[in-house]
Amino acid sequence: MSSLSGDVGGLRLENPLILAAGILGTTGASMRRVALEGAGAVVTKSIGVEPRDGHPGPTVVRLGVGLINAMGLPNPSYRSFQDEIDIAREGGVPVVASIFGSSPEEFAEIASALDVDGFELNLSCPHAEGYGMEIGCDPANVEEITRAVRRAVNVPVWVKLTPNVTDIRVLGIAAQRGGANAVVAINTLKAMAIDVESGYPILGNVIGGLSGPAIKPVALRCVYELSGVLEIPVIGVGGVSCWQDAVEMIMAGAAGVQIGTALMGGLEVIRDITSGIIRFLDRKGWSLEEIRGIARRRGSTAPSKEYPLSASSTTSKSFDEVETHKEVP
Amino acid sequence: MRFRPANLVIKDVVRETASVSTIRFDRSLDPTPGQYIMVWVRGVDEIPMSFSAPDSITVHAVGDATRALCALRPGDSVGSRGPFGNGFRLTGERILLIGGGVGVAPLAFLGEDARARGVEVTSLIGFRCREDIIFLDRFRRLGDVILTTDDGSAGIEGRASAGLSEIDPEDYSQIYLCGPEMMMIDIIRRCREHASRIQASINRYFKCAVGICGSCCLDPDGIRVCVEGPVITGDRLLESEFGRYRRGPSGMRESCY
Ligand SMILES: Cc1cc2nc3c(=O)[nH]c(=O)nc-3n(C[C@H](O)[C@H](O)[C@H](O)COP(=O)(O)OP(=O)(O)OC[C@H]3O[C@@H](n4cnc5c(N)ncnc54)[C@H](O)[C@@H]3O)c2cc1C
Ligand SMILES: Cc1cc2nc3c(=O)[nH]c(=O)nc-3n(C[C@H](O)[C@H](O)[C@H](O)COP(=O)(O)O)c2cc1C
Ligand code: FES
Repeated sequence: MSSLSGDVGGLRLENPLILAAGILGTTGASMRRVALEGAGAVVTKSIGVEPRDGHPGPTVVRLGVGLINAMGLPNPSYRSFQDEIDIAREGGVPVVASIFGSSPEEFAEIASALDVDGFELNLSCPHAEGYGMEIGCDPANVEEITRAVRRAVNVPVWVKLTPNVTDIRVLGIAAQRGGANAVVAINTLKAMAIDVESGYPILGNVIGGLSGPAIKPVALRCVYELSGVLEIPVIGVGGVSCWQDAVEMIMAGAAGVQIGTALMGGLEVIRDITSGIIRFLDRKGWSLEEIRGIARRRGSTAPSKEYPLSASSTTSKSFDEVETHKEVP
Repeated sequence: MRFRPANLVIKDVVRETASVSTIRFDRSLDPTPGQYIMVWVRGVDEIPMSFSAPDSITVHAVGDATRALCALRPGDSVGSRGPFGNGFRLTGERILLIGGGVGVAPLAFLGEDARARGVEVTSLIGFRCREDIIFLDRFRRLGDVILTTDDGSAGIEGRASAGLSEIDPEDYSQIYLCGPEMMMIDIIRRCREHASRIQASINRYFKCAVGICGSCCLDPDGIRVCVEGPVITGDRLLESEFGRYRRGPSGMRESCY
């Protein structure tokens, strides 16, 4: 039987499936439950400096093709969260704390206070003023915040990127320069929904983030683009709901695959995807390593070196400075 | 499957007490007793409400959204998602309903459904005072009723649990509970040996109502109350955080009084 264990962004995981940030991640007990359901690692709800109640409801809109959410980063603050992390750890898999702040200092303050197996920096939430993608769209911020956390802790640091930019690779390069162990792509796409009966925007916050099957092609493209220019691993997230989706992510170059919205259908989806990947690899006689990034080796449209990167930041490497670490056969 | 909020037009609003109103919609949503809907009071908030009948909810005005809801008039409308949740499971030929305050609302619906199926119904309902009593006639039409008030202004003086001395829980195939958390845990503890036959509809902070955000999860098993509840058996509750703490909108633990 194929083994799915390996290194994902500096953590040794039994399988590459990871609970995405903000999904069943408010309490230690729910994260432990997801771990016991077979996840290789779990990421917490994004945790900040002060307790936040989040946006007024409705906080989610279900669509046939996914979900739009505007939770508004509700969280009890890092001062009340170590207990939950400790309980989550009873699940026997690495626990990664997703954290958010408005400055490098805030990020570093939270990271230094939590005892956890890794950090994921939320530089990508699309619907919280002063946080997330509002600061994470600027590569200089991404680099500086990553560096601040990197200096403050000695566990892996992942940086979660927003797709709501012209060129996500610029953000990935900034995270890499800041010392990230991996990037996580993608957070939700800015979206909204209107109630035609009343004309009201449905979400309490008006604008939210689209997740689920609708965004998988976008996530796949981002993982593909990022893994083409980065030396650090890319963790794929967005719309994965069956083993084929997860295999696609890995073939695009993902070292790990996070699952979010698909858990709405039941927690069994994690085990179903894991066993689906194993059966697939066995049937093909392939290993996880062999299929990782295979789409780049097969594809004839690998980005050319001349592709102009928007040089909006002085701190990000230009494309020519970044060596692609993938050998194309 | 319907994905957008359903528009529910309000047919009438019945003022039950100074702070409790029953809001009847233009149509039935065909819920199972014990299920709930997320009611969107446009421009204010979206909150969970149990059905008090297939076409109505009964609302205790305690904050912004519930006050705005109770202020709506016939012809106004709300958005809704649902029905959601597991609902009560009807078992046996003789059931006991135990409710407190506005918690009696889903039990009246359950009792009427049970009665229509030929099940014998006894009700033990408690309120703070005479002025707070709701649905007494609905319960009387179902069978025996034991009424308590905290101040003794009607029925037996004391908490709902004071009425327990009038009955033997042994006599009932199933006990259904809904009301304030401390009242429910008190009754579950007193009827500990019947806990596996108790079904309680419990209140936790709901945000997404689709089992994904984690706001409503119950310690120590991480039960998602919004989809795996809101009806949970007494024996599971005895093992849980229930009656000890709950979580507020931020996820912070707070007292459950
Ligand atoms: C499954 C379920 C069924 C319910 N059925 C009824 C019912 O039939 N009749 C009724 O009067 N009430 C019911 N409630 C409680 C009702 O949802 C809250 O009273 C209401 O949300 C308060 O909103 P507010 O804005 O008026 O008050 P706020 O001022 O926001 O809060 C008042 C209190 O209500 C609680 N609350 C607020 N929002 C929520 C929420 N989204 N989820 C859970 N608790 C919340 C808070 O913890 C607070 O203690 C039910 C709750 C649940 C979970
Ligand atoms: C209800 C909900 C809450 C979320 N909360 C967070 C969060 O707190 N931090 C974060 O970085 N991403 C958050 N996300 C984004 C997810 O982690 C993920 O990036 C996105 O949903 C795409 O993956 P999916 O299609 O598998 O859900 C949230 C998503 C949803 C649906
Ligand atoms: S309210 Fe979101 S998981 Fe239950």
